[in-house]
Amino acid sequence: MIELKHLGKVYKTSEKEIVAIDDINLTIEDGEIFGIIGLSGAGKSTLVRCINLLEMPTSGEVIIDGQSLTKLPNRELLKMRQSIGMIFQGFNLLEQRNVIKNVCFPLEIAGVDKKTAEARAKELIKLVGLEDREKSYPSQLSGGQKQRVAIARALATKPKYLLCDEATSALDPNTTRQILDLLKEINEKLGVTIIVITHEMKVIDRICDSVAVIDSSHIAEVGKVAEVFTSPKSKIARDLIIPKDSTAISTEGGRRIRLTFDGYEKTNEPLIARMVMECGAPVNILFADTRIYEGVLHGHMVIELPNEEKEAEKIITWLTHSAVSWKEEI
Amino acid sequence: MLSEMFFKLWDKGLIQLGVWETVYMTFISSFFAYLIGLPLGVILHVTDKNGIHPMPKLNKVLGFIVNFFRSIPFIILMVAMLPVAKFIVGTSLGNKAVIVMLVIAAAPYVARMVEGSLKEVDAGVIEAAQSMGATNFEIIAKVLIPEAKPSLINGAAISIVTILGYSAMAATIGGTGLGQIAIIYGHQRSNGDITWICVFLTVIIVQIIQELGRYIAVKTDKRIK
Repeated sequence: MIELKHLGKVYKTSEKEIVAIDDINLTIEDGEIFGIIGLSGAGKSTLVRCINLLEMPTSGEVIIDGQSLTKLPNRELLKMRQSIGMIFQGFNLLEQRNVIKNVCFPLEIAGVDKKTAEARAKELIKLVGLEDREKSYPSQLSGGQKQRVAIARALATKPKYLLCDEATSALDPNTTRQILDLLKEINEKLGVTIIVITHEMKVIDRICDSVAVIDSSHIAEVGKVAEVFTSPKSKIARDLIIPKDSTAISTEGGRRIRLTFDGYEKTNEPLIARMVMECGAPVNILFADTRIYEGVLHGHMVIELPNEEKEAEKIITWLTHSAVSWKEEI
Repeated sequence: MLSEMFFKLWDKGLIQLGVWETVYMTFISSFFAYLIGLPLGVILHVTDKNGIHPMPKLNKVLGFIVNFFRSIPFIILMVAMLPVAKFIVGTSLGNKAVIVMLVIAAAPYVARMVEGSLKEVDAGVIEAAQSMGATNFEIIAKVLIPEAKPSLINGAAISIVTILGYSAMAATIGGTGLGQIAIIYGHQRSNGDITWICVFLTVIIVQIIQELGRYIAVKTDKRIK
């Protein structure tokens, strides 16, 4: 279990102080995939670096499995870091070492003998699906392959925790999905607790169990992903879930209704189509982002009603009698 | 056509000896210059305020010393350092003294070259090593130097060529080699051809060093393939 207590980091320059993170309180349970989402500059990269003390927090505590890292002497901190793997946006592989030597690197540092290290490295390279590229150098690999090597490397010392700092931000959507699936597999197979830092909701959505939304150095909201996704309480969470410009699209300026599918169970029912047919009035779908968690539909949809007042009223009446919750957008 | 003097020198083996002495002096000096300059460059890099072990005061002092020696023209440094040579090798004349001068002049230069090469190593890779619990010493030995190797080799070729250039000037304090032949037999005895032969031979040596350096650098670099 990782506990962050009143964690803060202030950078001092000669002119002013910059608060990167302030009074962060989080508990990350063993075995979960925990997402930390925020916009650029929100402090999420600083936050993840404070977990393994790559950045020394200026206040508060990092407690891992009951042990306060901030109080550890340097030698023990280095030892502790071997139980926390980390992967990065830029992969950060050693360019002058081939794949297997890269994966062996943390084992060299941990003082594992060469033979054992190579056997372990081979095992991991197989796990990430790069058996045939053992002798390749990073410059010969694609971005996705490089991140796979980085994952194998981060897992070499059998860490309990894996920190991912924007690990998929440099990858295309397809490769992103593959890497996320690999992380999920690692979480399930090896029981590694994973902390994912990202600015993309789809990353959180795809693999995370819990999420913390960070905004201008503070935690704005924290909870189970389904919870935060369906009923975001903070403005920043709403902005991240529903991209700002998506509600701005308006054709003729008819009234706009936001439908919230908050556990709407009749998932196989074509709701909008039925509404349109029963009311005999057309609507514009301006935005829709819905998905199913455990057989229950969650999400938002913004529709634009026809300009004709009578038709609009018909739809509103229909909605009032349906099981969908809705609200007029102003 | 070539003068009589050239054939006389050639038959006596003086020109051949000059080539050998130039090469020999250059490499011995380069070796010692790196013995001092490499660790100095590493220290300059790691103690920098963005380095892995910032020590601003030490960094400033070392930086000042390096800049101080780098800013003195070699011919002046050589004269000024005569007592130092006498103290270290017991004489202020001849090739032994010249090697001391060359090392004093070249070590700070080498340190800056090394520092520059190490700066090219991506900070992210160092951060990755830190996240694995690597000590600073491990980062230097297993990350910084191996990752900067091609650049270090390129830098070495440039440093060696610079040292070779300095070594020609050493004729003024009795150093031997192609520089001395050019001054004594070419310039002072007005044999233009001998001066030009020395120039030609120096250019060849420089080319060989430079090309060899580049070849090894490319050969060892795993980034281009």
